[in-house]
Amino acid sequence: MNDKRVLMETQALSKNFGSLAAVKDVSIQVFEGEIHAIIGPNGAGKTTFLNLLSGELPASNGVLHFDGRDVTGWSPDRLARAGMGRSFQHSSVFEDLSVRENVRLGAQTQFPKSFGLFRPAERYADVGARVAAVFGEVTLDSSVAARAGEISHGEQRQLEIAMLLAISPKLMLLDEPTSGMSRNETLELIGILRRISTKHTLVLVEHDMDVVFQLADRITVLVNGSVLASGPPASVRADSAVRTAYLGTE
Amino acid sequence: MRSVTVVAAAAIVAMLAAIPLFDSPYLTTHFTRILIYMIFAMSLDLLVGYCGLVSLGHAAFFGIAAYTTAVLSAKAGMANILIGLPLSMLAAAIGALIIGLLTLRTAGIYFIMATLAFAQMLHFLVNDSDFFGGSDGILLLTGFRATIGNIVLLDLGNAATRFYIVLVATVATFVGLALVARSPFGRILQGIKSNEQRMRALGYPVARYKLACFVIGGTLAGLAGHLYVTLTSLADPSILDWLHSAQVLMMVIIGGLGTLIGPAVGAFLLIELIDQSAELTEHWKLIVGVVVISVTLFARGGLVGLALALRTRMFGLRASA
Repeated sequence: MNDKRVLMETQALSKNFGSLAAVKDVSIQVFEGEIHAIIGPNGAGKTTFLNLLSGELPASNGVLHFDGRDVTGWSPDRLARAGMGRSFQHSSVFEDLSVRENVRLGAQTQFPKSFGLFRPAERYADVGARVAAVFGEVTLDSSVAARAGEISHGEQRQLEIAMLLAISPKLMLLDEPTSGMSRNETLELIGILRRISTKHTLVLVEHDMDVVFQLADRITVLVNGSVLASGPPASVRADSAVRTAYLGTE
Repeated sequence: MRSVTVVAAAAIVAMLAAIPLFDSPYLTTHFTRILIYMIFAMSLDLLVGYCGLVSLGHAAFFGIAAYTTAVLSAKAGMANILIGLPLSMLAAAIGALIIGLLTLRTAGIYFIMATLAFAQMLHFLVNDSDFFGGSDGILLLTGFRATIGNIVLLDLGNAATRFYIVLVATVATFVGLALVARSPFGRILQGIKSNEQRMRALGYPVARYKLACFVIGGTLAGLAGHLYVTLTSLADPSILDWLHSAQVLMMVIIGGLGTLIGPAVGAFLLIELIDQSAELTEHWKLIVGVVVISVTLFARGGLVGLALALRTRMFGLRASA
């Protein structure tokens, strides 16, 4: 583990909403290639923390390092271009657009060289090839011509991951990727995430402990906005503070 | 399917092109005005229908170009559209750049109010200044021409010539915008309309794309504004009034957002509706109001949306979004 490169690091990252400290002095490291799960009871500040990482929210205090750079205060789109992709807690797809177009919009970002103003978007072969490759990595049953707003919830969550793959991020931030999924869909997604993790570093916020302990290389436990424990699953499971504060009360 | 559309479009253009053959100056002028409003409506459709930028100040750019043309003509004797057209479109583009930079920080209802406020500011500026002719506006007595050196290529004093120039501009605007809508840039605009947060998370600098869209739309509104002055020889404050912005927005909504052809049809229908009902009764606004409300309530997606729904019902075809 020690010879692995640190891909992302937070130093005393904090977020206050008025007098409420939603995230307090969180310092964690995410190593390249790992699956890092962030768990904690409701209201522990997990999603807020993820929003600080992706730039959706500006941090009140603290420093964010990503891929060897200080990226504190960067906008979401700039962080995305630097290699940070994220999914949202409530699946966020382009509902009015086709499934294919959802992925195509992601793939298009990878070929920023001179796009003509008058040439149809479908005529860019490199973008098309990338879209096809991405659909090969997920298991969507719906037609790619279907409107993204019309496919099932579980498929929308997969589509969101497909969109992320299309921008080939160095780091994928996933906010409760299995929420609202059936057992079968969850199992399928675990397989997909495991496959993805061979090429991408994943940070995921997750409620489902089965998913967390099946997937995670390391786990950070947040309680009341602070880090209670951080480490490999076995040590987190054995941590007595974690057991009392969180796991034991389930 | 696509060849059917192309044939239909060619038939419409051919029918329009035949209008001056009736040798009725009224009819030719009437349709010149309709074509100008088709350009205006399509330019707003790029903002509202594709990018989700509901502007209630689009008349500002039409007006900037109209007044630029009028001022150049009245104060500097400019009568050449080969100079006036690019200069007035440039002025509209600069206006759109400035107003866009200031208003695009807001969203939703605030954006509507901000665009409205800027257009009204321009309205009061021209209305209260002698330079712009005050409430009378600027009346032009000289006709417009396209000249190179001393050679007159086209004389817009001829109603048919003017009509064909405007027809070419309308077709070029439609074809250009239809291509832009299918291009990667157009797809980005549609992504922004659908889910702005998601676009940012994919890495798109959303603000820059919105501004580019706003400037392109404003520039094309400027094209309409320039052609309008060459037709009416008058730039007066009413073209900067917010009612003018509302009218073009109605054309877009009646016809069908995000379809280009819809807003063009909407421009034709709204102008006809206003003209015809104004002939019937002095309470014509009541008739126009009822029709507009009916279309918005019962034909979501406008008349093009209605047509697509009917086609789906009759032929079982899925309307391609």
